[in-house]
Amino acid sequence: MAAKLTFAERQVALLILVVIALVGLAMAALGAGDAMGVHGFIVLIASLGLIFVLGASLDAPAPTEDRSREYYDDPIKVGIVLAMVWAVIGMGVGDWVAWMLAYPDLRFDAAWSSFGRMRPVHTTGIIFGFGGNALIATSMHVMQRTSRARLAGQIAPWFVLLGYNLFVVLAVTGYVMGVTQSKEYAEAEWYADIWLVIVWVAYFALYIRTLARRNEPHIYVANWYYLAFILVVAVLHIVNNLAVPASFTAAKSYSLFSGVQDAMTQWWYGHNAVAFFLTAGFLGMLYYYLPKRAQRPIYSYRLSILSFWGIVFFYIWVGSHHLHYTALPHWVQTLGMTFSVMLLVPSWASAGNALMTLNGAWHKVRDDATLRFMFVAAVFYGLSTFEGSFMAIRPVNSLSHYTDWTVGHVHAGAMGWVALITFGAIYAATPIIWRRETMYSWKLVEWHFWLALAGTVIYIFAMWNSGIVQGLMWRTYNEAGTLQYSFMDTVEAMHPYYIARAIGGLLFLIGAIIGFYNIWMTARDVRGEVHTLDHPTGSEAGEPAVPVAE
Amino acid sequence: MIRWLQKLYYPIQAGHYRLERHSMGLALGIIFAASIGGFVEIAPLFTIDETVESAPDMRVYTPLEQAGRDIYVREGCYLCHSQMIRTLADEVDRYGPYSLAVESQYDHPMLWGSKRTGPDLARLGGKYSDDWHVAHLIDPRAVVPKSVMPHYAFLADTPLETASLPARLAALRAVGVPYSDEMIENAARDALGQVRPDSDRGDEVLERYGDDTQIRNFDGDTQRLTEMDALVAYLQILGKLTDVAQVTESAAIEADMEAVQ
Ligand code: HEC
Ligand code: HEM
Ligand code: HEM
Repeated sequence: MAAKLTFAERQVALLILVVIALVGLAMAALGAGDAMGVHGFIVLIASLGLIFVLGASLDAPAPTEDRSREYYDDPIKVGIVLAMVWAVIGMGVGDWVAWMLAYPDLRFDAAWSSFGRMRPVHTTGIIFGFGGNALIATSMHVMQRTSRARLAGQIAPWFVLLGYNLFVVLAVTGYVMGVTQSKEYAEAEWYADIWLVIVWVAYFALYIRTLARRNEPHIYVANWYYLAFILVVAVLHIVNNLAVPASFTAAKSYSLFSGVQDAMTQWWYGHNAVAFFLTAGFLGMLYYYLPKRAQRPIYSYRLSILSFWGIVFFYIWVGSHHLHYTALPHWVQTLGMTFSVMLLVPSWASAGNALMTLNGAWHKVRDDATLRFMFVAAVFYGLSTFEGSFMAIRPVNSLSHYTDWTVGHVHAGAMGWVALITFGAIYAATPIIWRRETMYSWKLVEWHFWLALAGTVIYIFAMWNSGIVQGLMWRTYNEAGTLQYSFMDTVEAMHPYYIARAIGGLLFLIGAIIGFYNIWMTARDVRGEVHTLDHPTGSEAGEPAVPVAE
Repeated sequence: MIRWLQKLYYPIQAGHYRLERHSMGLALGIIFAASIGGFVEIAPLFTIDETVESAPDMRVYTPLEQAGRDIYVREGCYLCHSQMIRTLADEVDRYGPYSLAVESQYDHPMLWGSKRTGPDLARLGGKYSDDWHVAHLIDPRAVVPKSVMPHYAFLADTPLETASLPARLAALRAVGVPYSDEMIENAARDALGQVRPDSDRGDEVLERYGDDTQIRNFDGDTQRLTEMDALVAYLQILGKLTDVAQVTESAAIEADMEAVQ
C-alpha cells in the first residue's frame, strides 16, 4: 500500500489517520457508557491499525517510475475482496434471518440476536457492504479504463474505500447494539451519516478529477450512471437523515420530519436508494462489462440516452407507491402510480439494449458463465421492473403491500439483478486487475452460476406464493360477512414457504462462498501471471476503450 | 410523424453529444432532472393544510411512553409490525378505523412500517391487559403457540434509563413536538411518576399530560421501573392519543346512511 506513495503522500496519509484517531478517541471518551463510546473505540482501533501499517513502511524507498503510465488497481483489489467479505456476511445473516422466520428460536438467548436487530444487518451488510464496495471498486476500474487515464490521486481512492467501509462497520455494529434511526436503508445514526457525507464528497471529487484527466473526448455511458449514483445518493442521504441528536455525546437522534411528511421523505429516499444505488450504479457496471466481455458494441447509443435520462427523471417521482391507501394525500399516490408505470419504458429500454447487444454473441453466452451471469441479470432486471410497475398500480398494491410479495420483488431485483450483475462484473474484472490470464477455475464459476440461479428462482417462487396466499387470506370474507381467517392462520400458512426460501438462500450463499474462494485463488495463483495487460493510452491508440460500432 | 420526430430528435442527440464532453455539465443536468419530482411531491406536504387534519384534543407522548417508543425502535418491532391501517374494508374490519395523518403528527420518525409479519398495531391500545403484554413479550409462544415473534424477556430485567429523558424531550421539541419547559425539566421524574398511582408524582403526570393518562404499574414489578414498563405503556397508548379517527369514521358512516336514505 505505502510503497507506491511518495514521502510527502505518506505524511499526508499519516496526518489524516491521526486526525481520525483523535476523533475516535474523543468519541470513546465523551460517549463512554453509550454505544457512541464503543464506536469511538472502533474508529480508534481501525485508524491505529492503519497508522501501524503505514508507519512500518514509512521510509521504504519512494517509487521512481512514472506512475501516470500505469493504472492504479491496488484499491480495486482491496475493494473486490471487501465486497466478497460483505457478501458472505450479508447473505449469511440474511439466511439466518430467513430461518428465524421459520423457527423463531433458532438464535442465541441474547438481545442482540433478535430478528429486529439482525434484519438491518442483512440489508445494510448486503446493500451497502457488498453492493457499495462492488460499486466503488468497479467504478474505479471503469473510470480509469474508459478515460484511458490513471486515478486522480494516490490517497483519495484509499480514503474513499476504507472510509466507506468504516461507515458500514459503524452502521452494522450499531444495529447489534440497538442503535438505529428506524428508517429503512438509512438506519445508521447521525455521526455515521455525517462521516458518510465526507467520504461521499471525496468520492465525487475523485470521479470528476479522474474524468478531467481523460484521454478520450467523450464520457462513456457507464460513467453517466456512476455519476448519477454518486450525486443523487448524496442528495437523498443528506435530506432523509436530517435529525436532531438528543445529545452530542450519545447516538440517539430524532428525525426532523414526522408523520406523513416523514413517510413521504423516507420513501422518496427509499425508492431512490433502489433507483440510484441498486439500479443506476449497477447499470453503469452493465454498460461497461457486458459489451466488453461480449466484445460487441452497445446495441443503440440513442436508447442509452433515452433510458438514462428517463431513469434519472422518472424515478424520483415514484416513492409514493410505497404509501398507497395510507394517510398520504391521494394526488401524491396517483402521481407515484402514474410515473411508476411510465418508468417501465426507460427500464425496458436499458434491459433491451443490453440483450440486443448480446445478439450475435449467443454462443459466448452459452460457453462463458461470466457473460451468462450478466445476461441473466439483464433478464431479471427486465422482470423485476415489470413486476415493480405492476405492483405500483393501486389495486394490485392493495393485495401485495405488507406481504411477502414485496419481499419476493425485492429479491428478484436484489439477487437476480444486483447480485448477479455484480458477480459477472467481478469475474470479468478480477483477472484484469490481478494481471492474470483467466480466473483460477472456470468450473467453479459454472458452479456458482447454477447455484445462484437455482437459489434465486426458489427464493422468488416461494415468496410469490406466500405473498399472494397471505394477501388473499387477509381479505377473504365468509358467508356471514366476517373475516374468514385469523391473523395467526396466515402466519401458520407461511411456514413451508419460509423453509423453502431459506433453502434457496442457502444455495445462493454457498455459490457466493465458492466465488470468494475462486477470486482468492486467482489472486494467489501466480502461474497465470501476465505482466503488462493494459495501461493508459491516447485515444488514437490501437484498440478502443470499449467496443465501438464500425 | 416519424420524420417530424426525427427532426426533433437529431438536435437533441447532437446537443447530448456535446454535453458528454463536460463532466460538470452532466452532473448539473443529473441534479436538475432528479430534483423536479421531489420538489413537486414533497414540498407541498409541508404547506397544504389539508395534508394533516386538526385534532385539538391530541396530546403528546409522556416521557415513559416516549421511552417505550424508543425501545420499540431499538428492537426493530417496526420491521414486523405496521402502524398504518389502510382505507380498505378488510383492514378496517380487522384492525379498526383507518389511520389519519394527524395521528402520527408527533411521531419522529413515523413507524408506519412496510411489512406485516405480525398484525398491525396502530389501534392496539386497550386491546389486551398489561399482564397479557408482559407474558407475551417474555415468551410469545407461551401465549400464542405458533407465533414467530422473538422473545423479549430481558426487558423485564432491565432498569429503564431515565437520566437522558429531558435531553430527548428537548430534542423532540426542537423538531416540533410541543413539550413545555416544565415537561422537559420533569421528564425523568414523570417517567417514574407514571408507574406510581395515588402518589404526588403520579398526580403531577396527570396535571401535565391530562386526566386520561394511564397511571399504573405496567409490568407487575412494583419495585423497579423497567424497560418493560415503558414498552407496555407505549403499546397501551397506541391509537389513543386522539379519538379523531373514531369520530371521523362515525361521521363517514352517518353520511353514508343519509346518502342511502
Ligand atoms: C419476527 C417478526 C416480529 C417482531 C420483530 C416482533 N413481532 Fe410482535 N408479533 C409477530 C407475530 C407473528 C405476531 C402474531 C402472533 C403473536 O401474537 O405472537 C405478533 C404479535 C404481536 C402483538 C399482539 C398483536 C395483536 O393484536 O394480537 C404485539 C402487541 C406485538 N407483537 C408486539 C411486538 C413488539 C412490542 C415488538 C418489538 C419489541 C414485536 N412485536 C416484534 C411478529 C413479530
Ligand atoms: C442469501 C440470500 C438472501 C437471503 C436468504 C435473504 C433473506 C432475507 C430475509 C429473510 C429478509 C426479511 C424479509 C422479511 O422481513 O420478511 C430479507 C430482506 C431484504 N433483503 Fe435479503 N436475502 C438474501 C439476499 C439479498 C441480497 C443479495 C440483497 C441485495 C442486494 C438483499 C436485500 C434485501 C432487502 C432490501 C430486504 C428488505 C426487504 C423489504 O423491506 O421489503 N437480500 N432478505
Ligand atoms: C420500474 C422499476 C420498479 C418499480 C416501479 C418498482 C415498484 C415497487 C413497488 C410498487 C414496491 C412495493 C411497495 C410497497 O407496497 O411497499 C417496491 C418495493 C421494493 N422494490 Fe421495487 N420497483 C422497481 C424496480 C426495483 C428494482 C430493480 C429493485 C432492485 C433491487 C427494487 C427494489 C425494491 C425494494 C428493496 C423494495 C422494498 C422496499 C421496502 O418495503 O422496504 N425495485 N418496488
